[in-house]
Amino acid sequence: MSVAGTDVTPRLQLDGVHKLFGAKAVLQGIDLTVDEHEVVCLIGPSGCGKSTLLRCVDLLERIDAGRILLDGRDITARGVDGNAVRKRMAIVFQSFNLFPHLSVIDNVTLAPRKAHGVRRADAEATARDLLSRFGLADKADEYPERLSGGQQQRAAIVRALTIDPDLLLLDEVTSALDPELVAEVLAAIRELAGSGMTMVLATHEMGFARDVADRVCFLHEGRVLESGPPRQVLTDPLEERTRQFLSRIIEAGRL
Amino acid sequence: MGAPGPESVDVEVTPPSAWPGSGALGAVRGWLAEEGAKGALIAAASTVAVFGLALWAVLTSENWQAVRAQFFNLENFAEAWPEVLAGFWLDLRMFVIAQIAILLFALLVAVIRSLRGPAFVPLRLLAVLYIDLFRGVPLILAILLFGFGVPALDLPGVPRSPLFWGVTTLVLSYSAYTAEVYRSGIDSVPESQRSSARSLGLTQWQSLRYAILPQAVRNVVPALLNGLVSLQKDVALVSVLGVREAVRAAEIYTSRTFNYTSFVAATVLFLLISVPAARFADWYSARDRARRSQMAT
Repeated sequence: MSVAGTDVTPRLQLDGVHKLFGAKAVLQGIDLTVDEHEVVCLIGPSGCGKSTLLRCVDLLERIDAGRILLDGRDITARGVDGNAVRKRMAIVFQSFNLFPHLSVIDNVTLAPRKAHGVRRADAEATARDLLSRFGLADKADEYPERLSGGQQQRAAIVRALTIDPDLLLLDEVTSALDPELVAEVLAAIRELAGSGMTMVLATHEMGFARDVADRVCFLHEGRVLESGPPRQVLTDPLEERTRQFLSRIIEAGRL
Repeated sequence: MGAPGPESVDVEVTPPSAWPGSGALGAVRGWLAEEGAKGALIAAASTVAVFGLALWAVLTSENWQAVRAQFFNLENFAEAWPEVLAGFWLDLRMFVIAQIAILLFALLVAVIRSLRGPAFVPLRLLAVLYIDLFRGVPLILAILLFGFGVPALDLPGVPRSPLFWGVTTLVLSYSAYTAEVYRSGIDSVPESQRSSARSLGLTQWQSLRYAILPQAVRNVVPALLNGLVSLQKDVALVSVLGVREAVRAAEIYTSRTFNYTSFVAATVLFLLISVPAARFADWYSARDRARRSQMAT
């Protein structure tokens, strides 16, 4: 979308998205817009629906009401090819989810080769470039179990990037890491933000959200309760709920 | 038929032991390490006492001489050996062909059973029906039904050889069990692996093929090996169709000579394969367990 002006089609748009798990309403009317090159952080207490929201966007979960648009096209409409949609975005999970039976290079080149029809040599060349960009050049032929948590998560980020996504979703990617490994993964994400990647992150790292996000959204009970520039939402929130959440975070020493 | 059927396919394997040491030896060795020299003496004494007593009971029984002449006659053994061996060669070929067919066909059934989406409901139902039917019928009965029934239909283009239908029935019956083994392997791969594969844009089939199945199969190799050990013996069941494999050959020898040593010869042949195979399966699953616990730490 290179159209200049105010009415540029957003990369991602959610209109009144609802998601039920049985009788439990996890998302209760999410409205959210993400422009190209924008970095949006989702914050909020556990169980507020951050992960579910990301999984719904990636069509890993079917939504029960509302719609999700990617570059203006409704991807939750009937008859949409989910595989084609998923080829345009990528998600990085909290627990890495690398394939344990494949070496790092095979993990990273599987999707380009099989889903995108890239030739093996080309896929590996791209993959090795990306791996060295994220400090994993010497780990290409190792198996995931031999890597540290931080290295595994960086490999998972590389795996997501090899399909050259228009939208990158990151689901609490540092939550499963030992504290001393968090920084290396955050540095990788910061680099991506700098390169103009459009990203939606669910995170508990408030300091990081303040640094990297263009916008922070506070989710509460399946709704976006408050949204705005990080400095405003994180230091001077409008909503009482946001204030309470942040004060608990500050007590825990995470901001 | 006292032969254990394929029921043993999905049973957990027996406790591990070090290969190539046998299970019994391994157990003794472990026990020795715990109990020391005094324990070793007691173990040796009680082993000699128990086995010695059993042997003594057999050898001194009134009928032992008669049994020895009937079952353990060296001359008869040498005489029967070539025919029994020729039969056993057929057993081995049936086993190899059936095992390959089982591993492939069962995988296909398991994959069909684990397909998701409403479009696949009829296929899934068919797979479940097939598995239930063949697991519910005693193997010997299935072999009799197919081996005598299908050729009797005299359908054009359908083979009439009892050998063909015997092996086919083995494949169908064992595949029903083996498909369930594969399925337990598929179920043992965490759901997050599937999400991960799908999120990269792989189709349902590609996710199965490249992400799920390689892990699933690796998880069930010990159970598959157990099935293999079991099949190696069960091929003898096709003898009921008159196929001249080792047991049938032994029977023929017996009816000709009224001497049962040929059965002992067949027994020796089966043991020569099945004991090492069982030891190998044990060794492999012990190694597999070690690998897993290492991975978990």
